[in-house]
Amino acid sequence: MADALLQIERLNAFYGTFQALFDVALDVGKGETIAVIGANSAGKSTLMKSIVGLVPTRDVSIRFKDENLAGIETHDIVRRGIALVPEGRRLFPSLSVEENLLAGGQLKRNGPWSLNTVYDLFPILRERRAQKSTSLSGGQQQMVAIGRALMANPDLLMIDELSLGLAPIVIKDIYAAMPKITTQGTAALIVEQDTGQALAVAKRVYCLRGGRVTLQGDAKTLTRAQISAAYFGV
Amino acid sequence: MVWVNAILQGVLVGGLYALFAAGLSLIFGVMRLVNIAHGDLIVLAGYVALTCVTLTSMNPLVAILVVAPLSALFGYALQRLVFNRTLGPDILPPLLVSFGLSVIIQNALLQVYTADSRKLNAGPIEIATIPVADGLSVGVLPLVMFVTAVVIIGGLQFMFYATPLGRALRATSDDQDVARLMGYNNKHLYGIAMAISLAVVAVAAVFLAVRTNFDPALGPQRLIFGFEAVIIGGLGNLWGTLAGGVILGVAQAVGAMINPGWQLLAGHLVFLAVLAFRPQGLFPRVDG
Amino acid sequence: MTAPAFTISRATPESRIALAFAVLGLLALAAGPYWLDRNGMRIVGDFMVYLGLASLWNLLAGYAGLVSVGQQAYVGFGGYVLFGAAIFLGVPPLLAVPIAGVGAAIISVPISYLVFRLKGAYFAIGTWVVAEVFMLLASQWSALGGGSGISLPIAIVREIGATRAMRENLIYWTTLGTTAAILIAVYLLLRSKWGLALQAIRDSETAAESSGVSVANAKRLLYVVACAGAAMIGAIYFMTKLRISPSAAFSVNDWTAFVIFMTVIGGIGRIEGPIVGAALFILLRETLSDLGAIYLIILGVIAVAVMLLAPKGIWGLLQEKFGWQLFPVGRKLVLDTSKKEGN
Repeated sequence: MADALLQIERLNAFYGTFQALFDVALDVGKGETIAVIGANSAGKSTLMKSIVGLVPTRDVSIRFKDENLAGIETHDIVRRGIALVPEGRRLFPSLSVEENLLAGGQLKRNGPWSLNTVYDLFPILRERRAQKSTSLSGGQQQMVAIGRALMANPDLLMIDELSLGLAPIVIKDIYAAMPKITTQGTAALIVEQDTGQALAVAKRVYCLRGGRVTLQGDAKTLTRAQISAAYFGV
Repeated sequence: MVWVNAILQGVLVGGLYALFAAGLSLIFGVMRLVNIAHGDLIVLAGYVALTCVTLTSMNPLVAILVVAPLSALFGYALQRLVFNRTLGPDILPPLLVSFGLSVIIQNALLQVYTADSRKLNAGPIEIATIPVADGLSVGVLPLVMFVTAVVIIGGLQFMFYATPLGRALRATSDDQDVARLMGYNNKHLYGIAMAISLAVVAVAAVFLAVRTNFDPALGPQRLIFGFEAVIIGGLGNLWGTLAGGVILGVAQAVGAMINPGWQLLAGHLVFLAVLAFRPQGLFPRVDG
Repeated sequence: MTAPAFTISRATPESRIALAFAVLGLLALAAGPYWLDRNGMRIVGDFMVYLGLASLWNLLAGYAGLVSVGQQAYVGFGGYVLFGAAIFLGVPPLLAVPIAGVGAAIISVPISYLVFRLKGAYFAIGTWVVAEVFMLLASQWSALGGGSGISLPIAIVREIGATRAMRENLIYWTTLGTTAAILIAVYLLLRSKWGLALQAIRDSETAAESSGVSVANAKRLLYVVACAGAAMIGAIYFMTKLRISPSAAFSVNDWTAFVIFMTVIGGIGRIEGPIVGAALFILLRETLSDLGAIYLIILGVIAVAVMLLAPKGIWGLLQEKFGWQLFPVGRKLVLDTSKKEGN
């Protein structure tokens, strides 16, 4: 792939002696939107955390913009242009909405995203800017979490469980914002349990089960039968 | 009038106690580390100031400008080289390492400076007073110390709640892992927090050394005073810590008026009473 | 269904050997007055004092997660109870030892309600404040010499034993017996449902709660036991010295810093840790104590280094290397491989 952004040739991740990922291979091109689907505990979150170095890995080859990420600390990986929206949002409870966004932008990387453009993307946040992040609804919190990640102007935006625990109407709003994000040239790697949403927004899809990639392919051409076979292992 | 005077002195000493406490509170707030060696670091900074003053015969209050940066630098190194390696879900390693450090500092001071008590002389300012009312006057030096304490605590409050550094420290305190996802280098931030803590320690140390005699064994008690001020005031509230320091100072002054042997006891009893009847402290943080 | 092909066992081959050695060692030490000189008896006595305190502190910090920096409160309390009871009430000193233990157990209950409100490291300093209060109160007790302390009157000293040798032997045996009792109590406590629940806390507080044992009560029980034990040791120690003063009785260095160091160096959270640590501590003290402050610096550096580089202590290292467990408090599953599994 000529314009590869993230190339994972081999990824094995561990929690103590428990191995959570086995030889996972995955790549993301510049500006591409990729979805990772799979059931609970298939290893999706672990995959994201491993990429940014939050989970101990062994026997690994991850390259980002042609640089090997092995041995680089999380904060330095983030500095190179990867942002992660963690599962469950995890906003900073003692910071206001705006302070959360500013924390995300503290690296001051160049790019299209700033407080103003994030507020344009999610106008409700402008109204709530001075509130404590804990006082927001789940959907608004997810907007802050996405905005906070965008503030770093990443080349690759990773979102863990984009729609988990959110009302359908909110999910619709957030997915409606996705093209505005990716048309700016930002690649996206989205973890979803909602296969329908994932297929609608992504160019390519990876399915994980038991820590292994069981299926990968073009979102347009994969059949429902292929996906449920990979998802449930039947 | 004797009583009013005693209470006034207590209030002013309370500013010093709040300075002992502020650094302790900052470190705990940012990284959940209770630094048992905090008091000994105060005494250590006092001896560094003493050495400074002896070598250059500068005024001790000017020596703060030398000792505070040195102390901050030492704090950063201490955090990066020692304390960062102990932080984790288990509270035992940081506690025991700081306890070990406390014993090391005490005995190193004993070895170098002997057990003799020392004092810094700040010159004529020490005896200058401002008459307030008939038979009541305020020492200029205690007043300067109190005002400095208020300014420092106000500055810390501002730093914590109104600057990018403070935002970073609060973010790290909230959620270490997510802070790393924002590109914050937690180890560096912890180093900065310890540096600030020890810069405040240096100021407190010089004030302490000017106010009273000091010797290598004085540290643990300063730690306890600081700790009591934090708990009385309420965790996570710097202005509360100042109030806690003042309450402690007044309690000690009143205790000493009743019976000289009760000075420290009265302070401890107020602390225990707060613990018994209002364990969240008198002015706990109100947010979220 | 055939019978399950495993048994549940606590004992290991090493543990049986260790038990035999422990019994033999205890007998040999009990015969100390017949083969040790006076200096030897002093060293063994100090070793026993520290072994008892370190085992109790290990019980608190290593198993219940209660990192106290204030056990000197109870050591001093025990000493003062003995002096007070002997001087004012005419209680025979040896009888005052268990009285000190009971007294400490009683006062430690209300104190626990106070200090247990503080968590983690704040608990540590809170217990220290309590110890300071004890020391200040003792300094105010002018009938017992106030701040400068008091010696045990000759008449009372004679009550312990008519001759000096007799006194020293009796105190020696009391020390030995008390520490042995403390070790056995700690061992049994850790094997009880309370102890097992507390070991579960180290992994997960909710898991321990769901085992049906109240974590708060289990912690309180251990705290009371540790305080009673510390007071008995304090009573014996100051009976040996024949003199008590607030600064010696409530010394944070003697009764907490040293005790923490030996537990950490030996191996915290392991029954064997304090034994190794106390022995090493006495060895270092006998060889290095002439160095004064430098000796304490060395001790502090060793403790910090162990905590940073080998947090499981010397015994933890040996255990990892050889798989030893001399005083097992957990159970282990022994699979019987000789039986074929039926179906």
